[in-house]
Amino acid sequence: MNAATLRHVRYVATQNPVTLAAFLMFTALVLLAIAGPWIAPYDPLASDTANALKPPSARNWFGTDSLGRDILSRIMVAARLDFGIAVSAVAASFAIGATLGALAGFFGGWADRIIGRIADTIMAFPLFVLAMGIVAALGNTVANIVLATAIINLPFYIRVSRAEVNVRRNAGYVEAARLAGNSDLRVLALHVFPNVLPPMMVQISLNMGWAILNAAGLSFIGLGVRPPQAEWGIMVAEGATYIISGEWWVALFPGAVLMLAVFTFNLLGDGLRDVMDPRMRT
Amino acid sequence: MSLLEVRDLSLEFRTRSGTVHALEHVNLEVAKGETLGIVGESGSGKSVLCFAMLRILDAAARITSGSIAFAGMDMLRASESSLQQVRGREISMIFQNPRTALNPIRRVGRQIEDVLATHSATLRDQLKPKAIEALAKVRIPDPERRYRAYPFELSGGQCQRVMIALALACDPQLLIADEPTTGLDVTTQAAIMQLVSDLARERGMATILITHDLALASEYCDRIVVMHAGHMVEAAPTEALFRAPAHPYTARLIASTPAPGQSIATLASVPGNLPDLRRVDLPSCRFQERCERALPECVTGTLPTSIADPGHLVRCFNPL
Amino acid sequence: MNVLDCVEVKMHFPVGKRALLHAVDDVSFSIGEGESVGLVGESGCGKSTLVRLVARMLDPTAGDIIYRGRNIGFIPSRSFAGTQFRRRIQMVFQDATDSLNPRHTAFDAIAEPVRRLGTAGNLAGQVVDTARKVGLPEELLPRYPHQLSGGQKARVGIARAIVLQPDLLVLDEPTVALDVSVQATILRLLAELKASLGMSYLFVSHDLNVVRMLCDRVIVMYLGRIVEQGPAEELFLRPGHPYTRALVNAIPSIGGRPADREVLHGEPRSPINPDPNVCRFFGRCPEQRDRCRKEAPPLRQVRPGVQLACHFA
Repeated sequence: MNAATLRHVRYVATQNPVTLAAFLMFTALVLLAIAGPWIAPYDPLASDTANALKPPSARNWFGTDSLGRDILSRIMVAARLDFGIAVSAVAASFAIGATLGALAGFFGGWADRIIGRIADTIMAFPLFVLAMGIVAALGNTVANIVLATAIINLPFYIRVSRAEVNVRRNAGYVEAARLAGNSDLRVLALHVFPNVLPPMMVQISLNMGWAILNAAGLSFIGLGVRPPQAEWGIMVAEGATYIISGEWWVALFPGAVLMLAVFTFNLLGDGLRDVMDPRMRT
Repeated sequence: MSLLEVRDLSLEFRTRSGTVHALEHVNLEVAKGETLGIVGESGSGKSVLCFAMLRILDAAARITSGSIAFAGMDMLRASESSLQQVRGREISMIFQNPRTALNPIRRVGRQIEDVLATHSATLRDQLKPKAIEALAKVRIPDPERRYRAYPFELSGGQCQRVMIALALACDPQLLIADEPTTGLDVTTQAAIMQLVSDLARERGMATILITHDLALASEYCDRIVVMHAGHMVEAAPTEALFRAPAHPYTARLIASTPAPGQSIATLASVPGNLPDLRRVDLPSCRFQERCERALPECVTGTLPTSIADPGHLVRCFNPL
Repeated sequence: MNVLDCVEVKMHFPVGKRALLHAVDDVSFSIGEGESVGLVGESGCGKSTLVRLVARMLDPTAGDIIYRGRNIGFIPSRSFAGTQFRRRIQMVFQDATDSLNPRHTAFDAIAEPVRRLGTAGNLAGQVVDTARKVGLPEELLPRYPHQLSGGQKARVGIARAIVLQPDLLVLDEPTVALDVSVQATILRLLAELKASLGMSYLFVSHDLNVVRMLCDRVIVMYLGRIVEQGPAEELFLRPGHPYTRALVNAIPSIGGRPADREVLHGEPRSPINPDPNVCRFFGRCPEQRDRCRKEAPPLRQVRPGVQLACHFA
């Protein structure tokens, strides 16, 4: 990151207020994920049944849940887990899927056919069914949920990467790179792929939103995260039963924060793409 | 009486990085049946000028002064519906890159029928024969079969002929041809240009030929307007322009155009670059920074319009 | 010894199930030391394919491509980058905008061949030196392609092609995307570089006036075959083949009269599975006769240094 890049980031952030807002929210969420346990006002696991199901007050800004735990603290601490699951799943998916897609898009032929079949097979599985299958076979842990999400996500990156590489495969600068003495693999890795990253940044960011939502969804049905761990999805599940009896805050606050996180990532994608595209640098 | 009159037209574009003063005080006239060439390089504003004439500019464009009159109609004040009556029927346009200007998922015969249906009183059952007739008129071989073709099945030259057929379907009074042969082979270019000039002569149609190729303009145009960086710098009958160019830029451009048998040592170029049209401190004459005849007045004075000969105008403080 | 000899080079692309597109058919020619050979023809004539065969970016279906007596046609294009020959044959592309990587600076673009194929010692020195040779100001080197003008991009394209001082430079319409006001400077640059670096040129262009200015000899191609070959001036003053004649006449010139021009009518024949017994120009040729439909004319020498493929030249 040199001075020019920072200047450019500042330019992009100021030109588009929505992007700026997304950057700020993202930063806030990341800080929350890093520092959550230290800045939470109460111990997220400490139960206090005398104080159960208390509405939002000066003491507990977001109220307490059925075991008297402070909801705000639990939300803050949960950020780390939700982010962790989403980032790991997306990172793994991206690394493997983008590579496979690039190879398929650049070389074509049997590489393309085989990788295409792999993607087709994976796409046939609904996430929740695959997750349940993995959990049944390998155990109900967070790691296995990350694995399931990463697998389901592979075809997405394979497809995007393949399409973007395919478009650029016959560009003049690819021929020029070959003339300069680069082997096919070097041309793909060092000349084509860096040009594919800007459009992929938008996809990655949107994907993060999806991944967070899925992590929450899986733990909502009991896969992966288990009580007493704090996680947004499981908190919404725990709060769902109390909506009818009028204790709305137990489900609403975790749900709202979840929504905000997904929203932030969606807006962020656009901004990230602008930073990465050198054409915007003038 | 001129068919098309552009008076003192100025146009700017609002962009993220500033206001681009794309055209400034441009004057132009096209008489009935005349072929006018607008010659300029990239950034000269020649295409923008023609889009302005048809009012098909980008939303970021603002016309800041001047008027455009076509057959007496004020084009700048006219409503969108009256303009739609004019476009395609009275004034037609053909573009560079014919294959991309045609709808790729519609057969070419249908595209011609669309124009006929919208702009003429042709009856439903007459559409197909008229479309085939239009294809034959632009000298496409085997027009019945080509009627069913998609643009990707045709060569570049054939696509351009289809575009000409579309443009001429309703017998317009004025045809604007924006770089119609750029990208085509020189043999195809000769055939297309011959077609356009034959058809124009047959119908008494006026033509505006926009091109960067001076030699092409010299062969097909009655009068030529030379543009540079949004200014009209010289306008003259073709023969006079080449015999005695008055503007230094015109002279340089002529000297940069390779002639048959010329040696590379005598080939000229125009020094410097186009000025950035977003600048607020542009000199009065935008060629000033590249001109070896520049005088102090060229920066600050008001650009005059001198008349070298009848019909031969030049905007220069120090003409040749 | 010639820098390049092409002997009966063929490039056939399979199309559909049983058809072959004859992009290049039996093309033979040579380029001598320091010679500049022009290659002209309309789109679809095979010049782009031939040029990529010569630069070894494509593998020929048949025929020999010989560089200074060594047969390089046998080396698969995939592995050509690893041989000592890669640096000897380089190419300047048509559209500098498309051929420069948008994420690389001008410096990176010029340095790339040195990093891959040359000696990286004093890399910056080599790059700056070459930039100076092509008239590219040093302060433009850190810029990205979108920050450079058309002429500047063209210079970067030339710089990176010559940085390793190749013997043979293939130029694929290098000035077609440039304004005419800039063209002369680039053409003069190319002429100077050829003289000072002793390179041979294979210069493809559709602008025949430019070819006439820069080239010693010209090859005219039509539908994959050579129809005429000869010294540049002579070819333009006394074109032998009817196609060459039509080509030369079609060039607009200041003061030219289009009415005098004979325009070619008819469509080109198909390059897919062409009939070997019919002249490829039959159907469009203003001088065609019955014999042209029954017997394809071979390319033969009609005068010293001049070859023609026509029955009636």
